[in-house]
Amino acid sequence: MTLTQETHDELRAIAARYPEARSGLLPMLHLVQSVEGRVTPEGIEACAAILGITAAEVSGVATFYTMYKRKPVGDYHVGVCTNTLCAVMGGDLIFERLKGHLDVGNDETTERRPEDKASITLEHIECNAACDYAPVMMVNWEFMDNMTPQSATQLVDDLRSGAEVHSTRGPRLGTWREAERVLAGFPDGRADEGPSAGPASLAGREIARERGWTAPSSNGTAGETAGEVPEEPAQREQAVAESDDTVAEQAVVEDKSPSGETAADKDEAQ
Amino acid sequence: MSDSVTGSVKGTLTPVLTDNWGSERSWTLAAYEAQGGYGALRNALAMAPDDVISAVKDSGLRGRGGAGFPTGMKWSFIPQDNPKPKYLVVNADESEPGTCKDIPLMMATPHTLVEGVIISSYAIRANTAFIYIRGEVLHVIRRVQAAVAEAYAAGHLGKDIHGSGYDLDLVVHAGAGAYICGEETALLEGLEGRRGQPRLRPPFPAVAGLYASPTVINNVESIASVPSILEHGAEWFASMGTEKSKGYGIFSLSGHVTRPGQYEAPLGITLRELIDLAGGVREGHSLKFWTPGGSSTPLLTADHLDVPLDFEGVGAVGSMLGTRALQIFDETTCVVRAVLRWTEFYKHESCGKCTPCREGTWWLVQTLAALERGQGTEADLDLLLDQCDNILGRSFCALGDGATSPISSSIAHFREEYLAHLQHGGCPFDPAASTTFAAEGALA
Ligand SMILES: Cc1cc2nc3c(=O)[nH]c(=O)nc-3n(C[C@H](O)[C@H](O)[C@H](O)COP(=O)(O)O)c2cc1C
Ligand code: SF4
Ligand code: FES
Repeated sequence: MTLTQETHDELRAIAARYPEARSGLLPMLHLVQSVEGRVTPEGIEACAAILGITAAEVSGVATFYTMYKRKPVGDYHVGVCTNTLCAVMGGDLIFERLKGHLDVGNDETTERRPEDKASITLEHIECNAACDYAPVMMVNWEFMDNMTPQSATQLVDDLRSGAEVHSTRGPRLGTWREAERVLAGFPDGRADEGPSAGPASLAGREIARERGWTAPSSNGTAGETAGEVPEEPAQREQAVAESDDTVAEQAVVEDKSPSGETAADKDEAQ
Repeated sequence: MSDSVTGSVKGTLTPVLTDNWGSERSWTLAAYEAQGGYGALRNALAMAPDDVISAVKDSGLRGRGGAGFPTGMKWSFIPQDNPKPKYLVVNADESEPGTCKDIPLMMATPHTLVEGVIISSYAIRANTAFIYIRGEVLHVIRRVQAAVAEAYAAGHLGKDIHGSGYDLDLVVHAGAGAYICGEETALLEGLEGRRGQPRLRPPFPAVAGLYASPTVINNVESIASVPSILEHGAEWFASMGTEKSKGYGIFSLSGHVTRPGQYEAPLGITLRELIDLAGGVREGHSLKFWTPGGSSTPLLTADHLDVPLDFEGVGAVGSMLGTRALQIFDETTCVVRAVLRWTEFYKHESCGKCTPCREGTWWLVQTLAALERGQGTEADLDLLLDQCDNILGRSFCALGDGATSPISSSIAHFREEYLAHLQHGGCPFDPAASTTFAAEGALA
């Protein structure tokens, strides 16, 4: 494939974001992957020419970082966290199950069967800063939280069949190439999809609200800076559905009550 | 029964950073400003930059990225007589195993970070700032990109911010997969478009950092804490926490607890209190070992449930507070398996620059993997400790030191379990028993 003039222009635009052009190299390589499906020799040459460095220098950078791939990546990059915490919580079993189910090894891509709409590259990944949702998978670097072997095989079956799939804590999943374009710094307009946070992220906050605990107020006395925070009812209900815990349930009940008091005030009243 | 967490709860939670995480469309400028967001920025712009630094110094805020260096002091090291541009770089690489606080913060309330960046840059007189986010968190990057665009549109970024005469540009930079780029000088290499290998210090980044110019590098949570200090005052911040570890921090509980998640509390809360809030250790099980601050901090056990989780308290029992990444493992977990997996991680992530770490982590994996398979003798435990000695303190950066923490601490606490592998001819544990779906038969 030959890089288009548009791609060359975009590569130059990335370099121009920085006080020194070479700082653009990491996002430039993300753009190359988005266009080419991997880091190609042509992409390396293009980056080198724009930055005025050698192809060997670019290559040296591309081989250092694990997100850059020399082999073509499938439509969906499916990562299974097998760092210790996720491994122990089930990640190892999920990864084994998926290798068998997809008949691929680590860092390999599925053959397209006649009925498939999409291919999958399977890889085990390191801790993805989502340990409170273990075992964690990532599809094109979107969170798939609290997975099981069953939900994992269902997920890859859905992806291969072309069904619409949503991140458990994010937007509708796009392709790996689309994801790489966002990493290059070209937004895709999906920032507003998905929730503010998943249930685990809100765990402590929910308990604090339930018990009326707050940080001290500015003048040093506790309990007066309770957030006058408009909650997001839909999201709360989703959190309840996902975690069926009483704290979140209670919070939703409070949200539905017609009063303007905060949850913390109410707890005090109780 | 979670026998390990009896006793009264004196700890309370103090949501500040996490307080807005559940509000409607919390990631948008409108939601943030509706709750007083960017008010602290106006306070700061009305102050002299040095007074902003003093406020952060007085608050006692210490870096939330692991090492706990006083943030205000770090800022005051920037030589203002140096004619070169000054830079602020936010470390949003969050890759230390177990650490999972910065990512939800940037997803839920990216404007808290953006406001912190503007105030902090103003304080150190930087006109360009960067947020270096690990590349593997697409939706978080989207949210931060969108927040920065909104902040420009609202005049919080760009030229002559709110008529103050102060200019700031903020660039969101996605990394590409490398744990070592969390180390601040390796991060600068990555940000300069190079292989992420740590730099020799001195010179320190405060003197010669990004583009050989004075640079402050701070963790996401450190910078996100700054607006609260400017809004409520240094005294308010210092009224929380302990004598030398002031303020609040996000404690991340993961693993075998009933309700894993983010718990924001004053520094000095104990694991007993936190586990109690999280509904106890997994039903029917008991605490075996835990990390206080990620995999690079020596393991602790049920004997340490009442250690105050502040820099001094955790240090006094031979570990480190680190990033408050509390990974909880119950008695179904094989400590040798856990440690081997972390060691494989360090070997994989070693940047290769120095021999003790590059070669040493390879040898550690060989020795540990054999032990885990039940091969070797008790003398191999001493061999492991020797190998750790050759890495600890001899490596170029703290990655190498961190690699030895799980090994030496697990041998200290669980020597018998290593020996059991030798007696048993392999791992005596059932890996299915430790999974979240063990009870549900979801293996079928
Ligand atoms: C191997 C290694 C990985 C690190 N990863 C991170 C990281 O992901 N995020 C972070 O903020 N600090 C990380 N650090 C610490 C940074 O080097 C630095 O101390 C920190 O960003 C300073 O910010 P603070 O003073 O606000 O804590 C890491 C250090 C090492 C040695
Ligand atoms: S200690 Fe390891 S990661 Fe750090 S410089 Fe040496 S080889 Fe690289
Ligand atoms: S160990 Fe899997 S996300 Fe942290």
